[in-house]
Amino acid sequence: MVVPRASRWLSPRVPRRFYSAAPSPAAKLNLPIDYKSTPLLHHTPSSLSGIADFPAAATSKRLNLFQAINSALRTALSTSDKVLLFGEDVAFGGVFRCSMDLQTEFGSDRVFNTPLTEQGIAGFAIGAAAEGMKPVAEIQFADYVYPAFDQIVNEAAKFRYREGNTGGNVGGLVIRMPCGAVGHGALYHTQSPESLFSHIPGVRVVVPRSPSQAKGLLLSSIFKYNDPVIFMEPKILYRAAVEHVPNEYYTIPLSKAEVVKPGKDLTVISYGQPLYNCSAAISALEKTMKGVNIELIDLRTIYPWDRPTILESVRKTGRAIVVHESMVNYGVGAEIAATIQQGAFLRLEAPVKRVAGWTTHTGLAFEPFILPDVARIYDAMKQTLEY
Amino acid sequence: MQDERSQREDGEAQSPSGRGRTDRVHFPGAVNSKFTSDMKFLKASDLPAIPTYRVLDSDGEIVDKTRGPPDVPDEEVLTWYKNMLTEGIAVASAAALTPDDVVFVQYRETGVFQQRGFTLKNFMSQLFANANDNGREETCLFTTRKATPEHTKSRSTSSKYTVKQHAISSPLATQIPQAAGAAYALKIQDLQNPNQSPRVVACYFGEGAASEGDFHAALNIAATRSCPVVFVCRNNGYAISTPTLEQYRGDGIASRGVGYGIDTIRVDGNDVFAVYEGMKEARRRALSDGGRPVLVEAMSYRVSHHSTSDDSFAYRARVEVEDWKRRDNPIIRLRKWLENKGLWNEDMEKETRDQLRQAPSGRRNPPIREAFTDVYEDITEEAQEQMQELKRILQTYPDEYDLRPYKDGINGLDKQ
Repeated sequence: MVVPRASRWLSPRVPRRFYSAAPSPAAKLNLPIDYKSTPLLHHTPSSLSGIADFPAAATSKRLNLFQAINSALRTALSTSDKVLLFGEDVAFGGVFRCSMDLQTEFGSDRVFNTPLTEQGIAGFAIGAAAEGMKPVAEIQFADYVYPAFDQIVNEAAKFRYREGNTGGNVGGLVIRMPCGAVGHGALYHTQSPESLFSHIPGVRVVVPRSPSQAKGLLLSSIFKYNDPVIFMEPKILYRAAVEHVPNEYYTIPLSKAEVVKPGKDLTVISYGQPLYNCSAAISALEKTMKGVNIELIDLRTIYPWDRPTILESVRKTGRAIVVHESMVNYGVGAEIAATIQQGAFLRLEAPVKRVAGWTTHTGLAFEPFILPDVARIYDAMKQTLEY
Repeated sequence: MQDERSQREDGEAQSPSGRGRTDRVHFPGAVNSKFTSDMKFLKASDLPAIPTYRVLDSDGEIVDKTRGPPDVPDEEVLTWYKNMLTEGIAVASAAALTPDDVVFVQYRETGVFQQRGFTLKNFMSQLFANANDNGREETCLFTTRKATPEHTKSRSTSSKYTVKQHAISSPLATQIPQAAGAAYALKIQDLQNPNQSPRVVACYFGEGAASEGDFHAALNIAATRSCPVVFVCRNNGYAISTPTLEQYRGDGIASRGVGYGIDTIRVDGNDVFAVYEGMKEARRRALSDGGRPVLVEAMSYRVSHHSTSDDSFAYRARVEVEDWKRRDNPIIRLRKWLENKGLWNEDMEKETRDQLRQAPSGRRNPPIREAFTDVYEDITEEAQEQMQELKRILQTYPDEYDLRPYKDGINGLDKQ
């Protein structure tokens, strides 16, 4: 017997439509992100309290992203003498200053430079983790991780499965790398290869959005999960994003998305730097489309990802867009969109849109047109709401 | 190859275990190794360091008074001097190549490009990613757009086979195995075409890049396939902040060439004549016996920062750099030689510097269409749709984008 399937227009829900002639934005959209006022950062210590991820009654300090990473690494090195930190140019503080002063504080046995070999760094880290250490390996740029791809895909990711009953694993292994666009990185200082790693079962892929998130997620990756973690740090935020970060040890769970702004009419799913563009676009659209209320979700862990939180949100809002910086083709957005259409089909009021980098390389002169900006996100949200 | 080796053996019995009167085994992996009852480990520090070939001393005088002057016309040496932006290694080694030779370089070899005819205008167009270039390549590592070019290219659009120096890739060492393959291609093509005078590939990289797996793969495959390639390692003491002591513990990069069965020489990279002569002989060897790889390790010191984003005094003493600048550098050494010969003086120096400073500035950006071209041979159907979607966005939100710098503005997205 054929059961007629309810389609969008047969849905018992009252479809919500918004004015198709929504007015244009009142102000320019593609302005530089104002990190000093964005609601995504904790500009005062008081906004830290009451959030479950953060320790209660903690003291805090204003840190940018590289300082927060530095704080997490210092905390990790102090917490366990199993923690090692190494990579190219790590000893003098790293090219992004994430390991500043750590060799002086913890000695060159635990914090050291490696020769210039990404496959060597990854393999070395896997070996150290296999023998019970907690190696935090730095790849200088995500663009340069590919020589390590074999070690990550064929070794780190398959280690536990291969060992089987021995219980051997490479938990504690974290491979950190700066990623993403900065406006002038061109072909080889811009890439965000998270989707490549997310295709590989066995590794966890994390992209923090802010200093306080980065510290908790990095400590979590080192201490709380016995799986290898690819930890990708949006390098534009190293200096740009400044907020209050708890001083002490704390962890934020992996594979748990966070609703950073609740809403009822549309779900915007993103991670890393584009969240700031999303936030700006949402605030502009909520101003021009009165009464519209948009939910913003930070995926935080790209894989294994928090499907329930996203599906729950979309079942509520009925509309979704996914925003990421790397190429749209076979990207993270494809996985999320497919999962939404499978898990929330009957609740969908519009197709799931993806706003992402175009399917090309990031030529120096073309970056402003290739990467998703506030205007493109605004446009996609408007189209989705008006569908 | 195996046959040649067997013929060279002087032992009588060829049994694998070495029975009989032979004093050596014939394991397939080490065909000429003598037996010994003396258990002795090789210790790198017991071996003498590989010497460094030099022609000029630091006063610009020829060291070996018994030899003749360098076999280079004075006017050519003057050209080298004007082309020497940073290190002398690039200019002097490129001078030993023929125009038909193919080069694969890293991002510190502007001198190679300049020596082979690249103009300052070419460099600046690439730095500014303007319409004279195709707007794609990266400038220096991060911030300003005015320092060492990283991804210089020289491409003819007429035929890919006319490319003599390939566009530069930022990932380190990737070009080294490619150079071996390219050299093999030249070898085969030159065998098939007797009218073509034999060519080599010259491949440049630093001592840091030589830590990458690609370096080791490259030397080994080049040796096994007897590729006519000259590997030029520019050993300048630092890979960003990492000093050679943390990069390797062997005798430089030269000792590795020997390990791979490759003819190797170490030269004084601050001595342009040593580099030139070493490279010339390396090229000759690379084409001898049907082709084989050669390694040239040129020793120098990186007096500048790694890039404009780098402040190297965070990891090395200013005095160390000043000392090197004062004590020895290839430009001053060559200048002394030229002045000793009466070929150069302060007035000429000033005039040349003034000319070089008048570098052309940035021009218009290429059309936006070029963001999508050359990913594949043809723009895919998917990318065409993306271009239309981008055009719609640019039309819907005209105030959000500054199209003025781009050739043809919004119409630059249309098909050509």
